[in-house]
Amino acid sequence: MRTEKGIFYNIDWGLVLIYFLLVSIGLINIYAAVYNEEHGSILDFSQRYGKQVIWISSSFTLAIFILMIDPKLFSAFSFVFYGASMLLLIAVLLIGKTVSGSKSWIDLGGFDLQPSEFAKIAVNLAVAKYLSALNIRMEDMRTKITTMAIIGFPALLILLQDDTGSALVFSAFIFVLYREGLSGNILIILALIIVLFVVTLMVNKFVIVGLLFIAALFWFTMIKKNRKDIITLIGLFMLVAGFVMAVDYVFNNVLEAHQQERINVLIGKEVDLKGAGYNVNQSKIAIGSGRFIGKGFLHGTQTKFNFVPEQSTDFIFCTVGEEYGFVGSVIVIGLFIGLFYRLLNAAERQRSAFARIYGYGVASILFIHFVINIGMTLGLAPVIGIPLPFFSYGGSSLWAFTILLFIFVKMDAYRLQLL
Amino acid sequence: MAQAVYSERKFVVISIFIVAGFLFILRLFYIQIIDDSYLLSSNSNVRRHIPQYPARGLIYDRNGKLMVYNEATYDLMITPRLVKNIDTLELCRLIGIDLITFRDRILKAKEYSTYRSSVFEKQISKEAYGYLEEKLYKYPGFYVQPRTLRKYVKPSAAHTMGYIGEVSPLTCENNAYYKSGDYIGISGIEKSYETELRGIKGARIIMVDVFNREKGSFRNGKYDTVAVMGQSLYTTLDADLQEYGEMLMKNKRGSIVAIEPATGEILSLVSCPTYDPNLLVGRMRAHNYGELLKDSLKPLFNRAQMAQYPPGSTFKLVHALIGLEEGVLFPSTRYGCSMGYSFGSIHVGCHNHPAPVDLLQSIAISCNSYYCNVFRTLLDNNSVSNTSSGYQKWRDYALGFGFGSKFSTDLPNILGGFIPKNEYFDKYFGKNRWKFLTIISLSIGQGEILATPLQLANLSATIANRGYYVTPHIVKYVGDSKKAETRFSQVHKTKISKQNFEIVVEGMYQVVEAGTARAYKMDSLHVCGKTGTAQNPHGKDHSIFIAFAPKDNPKIAISVIVENAGFGATWAAPIAMLMIEKYLLKRINRPDVQERMITGSLIHEN
Ligand SMILES: [Zn+2]
Repeated sequence: MRTEKGIFYNIDWGLVLIYFLLVSIGLINIYAAVYNEEHGSILDFSQRYGKQVIWISSSFTLAIFILMIDPKLFSAFSFVFYGASMLLLIAVLLIGKTVSGSKSWIDLGGFDLQPSEFAKIAVNLAVAKYLSALNIRMEDMRTKITTMAIIGFPALLILLQDDTGSALVFSAFIFVLYREGLSGNILIILALIIVLFVVTLMVNKFVIVGLLFIAALFWFTMIKKNRKDIITLIGLFMLVAGFVMAVDYVFNNVLEAHQQERINVLIGKEVDLKGAGYNVNQSKIAIGSGRFIGKGFLHGTQTKFNFVPEQSTDFIFCTVGEEYGFVGSVIVIGLFIGLFYRLLNAAERQRSAFARIYGYGVASILFIHFVINIGMTLGLAPVIGIPLPFFSYGGSSLWAFTILLFIFVKMDAYRLQLL
Repeated sequence: MAQAVYSERKFVVISIFIVAGFLFILRLFYIQIIDDSYLLSSNSNVRRHIPQYPARGLIYDRNGKLMVYNEATYDLMITPRLVKNIDTLELCRLIGIDLITFRDRILKAKEYSTYRSSVFEKQISKEAYGYLEEKLYKYPGFYVQPRTLRKYVKPSAAHTMGYIGEVSPLTCENNAYYKSGDYIGISGIEKSYETELRGIKGARIIMVDVFNREKGSFRNGKYDTVAVMGQSLYTTLDADLQEYGEMLMKNKRGSIVAIEPATGEILSLVSCPTYDPNLLVGRMRAHNYGELLKDSLKPLFNRAQMAQYPPGSTFKLVHALIGLEEGVLFPSTRYGCSMGYSFGSIHVGCHNHPAPVDLLQSIAISCNSYYCNVFRTLLDNNSVSNTSSGYQKWRDYALGFGFGSKFSTDLPNILGGFIPKNEYFDKYFGKNRWKFLTIISLSIGQGEILATPLQLANLSATIANRGYYVTPHIVKYVGDSKKAETRFSQVHKTKISKQNFEIVVEGMYQVVEAGTARAYKMDSLHVCGKTGTAQNPHGKDHSIFIAFAPKDNPKIAISVIVENAGFGATWAAPIAMLMIEKYLLKRINRPDVQERMITGSLIHEN
């Protein structure tokens, strides 16, 4: 029963509403962050807020355009998009221009395009396409390796652009893979590795190895003393102790001083208010000084007087915290969590595995951005320059997030038309 | 299919997402609601309090004559991080410093703070400011802050006025009003009336951006405060009399204290050698202060209220009054004198005069023997059981005149002289081991007792008042509404009756009419006085004279001490007489005496 319906037929208006709210609140905050009295009009295109208005309206156009596309095309051309995207990433390495340390931009005559933003969409489509094939089982090693390659290749290219933040975003797919059958133990092991990593940097390595040894001895008394278990235990101990020593070695001998410092500031070992810690400190001051209801629109002094760096892009959440306080911050966080919740629910109701996997990918990619970005402004995550979805100033990222989201909105609207 | 098998994993993923959001909200709750240090940091990031310095209160004399006022001056301020591309040499030339000093100061300012301003050059003169102002635009990072400097109409009353200087770090710490670099009264009435004189500092709150660029006033100046000028002070001094006294005391060491007896208002407070108060103002203050401190004549020492002398024969008046009150002495009491008082090996000399003398004559000619007898009868008479209790009684009377302790008044740094307690002699000679003969020198105002010139003037005022005094003080009114300074208007009564004072007043009148000071008798004025000589173990004795006039309804009581000038009548008496003449008659009838006093120099004969 294929009937042509209007482009807005059956779309999830809840998702669209949250999207619209986030984009609007974002614009208001960009306006406050870079407000310039001499160019007070929000439509002043010489200012960032004027430009953002252009990005937003073009994003709306893009969204409508996507809603008009036959969703089968997304699936059909997934690998084509992926291939094209990889070519762009390679092109960036060759002809890209460098902006604030990352060689991740292509100058398209007055308009800078950041291919890594669009690569997320392509990878998400490709992963969905690959995993949704009928004969694919997550349990197979082959599947795992192929999936890792699909995700890892662009991540590697982006790392080569010196854009660690964007590369890190690809770790979002761990949630997708988990949902599709990847063992939960891998998630737990990953979490343990991160904890062990941080602890290694904070505590003397010999103390940790000593503690591990005591734990192993204790365990030894608990198990049946058969040969296999003992070998497993010894192997595990060697592995963990080796990891600790390796982390310690890499940190002290491979990382450069400024990288060590960044990590130290993050885990709270060092307080450096002039260097690496300055941005985070000013960001916390901005948010913390907002108190319960904030200082009010355009009254954020931290923001207005440029104490917070990158305040219209990576640190846009500071403006929310400062001008709208706890109330405003919680509303924004609530909107994001609401978006994720709705996305995951919508993904689960898909009849096609492709749409479901893609939906999980959308939620996970947005979530990783959200966690790293807001975590950074609150001093909970390292200073990694990635945008807050729909909020941060910037054409490439807003377009990419809009496309990412609306492809799924379209798929979702189309779900009942699938057999 | 994966959908069916793993769909419950949705809850794990959703849970992780929600937990992350919840953690953020907890974190936000902590930094936005619980920890308020971020608000403080934010405020200190953007707000700068620019102090607005009020002008200090003006100081007038008792007749409304201006004595101390303010002159505008300018501090050149520096904000190191804004300094760039400046013509260092030209700036050095403009403010008159060399290149090395310039670099040192830049370093010092940077050490303090690169983005907060500090003083680069203090108190630029008006002329230098004129040049600088036009060129200031060429020196980004420098600006000029107006301040005020003290100026003195006449170079007189330096000790009384005192001086101001930069506040000490300790005061800054203990008193929130003061910030480093502020000025505070350090001595004189600048110190004792600091709170009234300083006014109230104002503050302009401005906002700055991350580069410390001014971004306008905070909340449109709603929280700015205006500086309130300090209150004027109307002192009790007579500026003309003060100046005249300083002229008379030129090239001498000593002091003149004149008091209006009825009110305790100090008309003049001269301490010589003195200095020009304008020296302790502005950029040269530290240097000049050092020079004054090194001066062997100790010009910074305020003799009028801090020097302590044996009161000499002026103290005979006190003995006479106590004797009369105790009933051991009568106007008719006569004692003989053969060039002094002798008892065994002890001898107190006297000058050659007809004997015996009665009370009035004893005052007029200042007979030492007479007062040895009076003091003896005070210590050893029927009404007292022993010397110690007799002395105790005598001491209580003496304290009633304001001797032996500091006046609690509005002059800072005063001393209280010394009237030994019984315990002092007990300790020195042993309990009950001292008697009249042991302390016989007290009879003639020598020995252990000490008094300041201020206390001697107060003695004169007490006698002029026939029995009471009002604490000598220096400020008459505070503020332009002329609020009377009433803290010191309380009357302190001696324990001696008025009629006994009349007898002593008559004796003091005889001093000038026919006694030791008769050389300076004036036909037009009835002056009562008493000469004295303070024994000086280090050199020539100090000349003392106390007086008041007119005899009836006295308007001025005075003490004059001229160090190393010998007998009281030679220097102290004529100076006191000239002061009285100047104050009461506004003219000098004996210019020859005046000339001799002004030109006389006693400073090198030590
Ligand atoms: Zn005699």
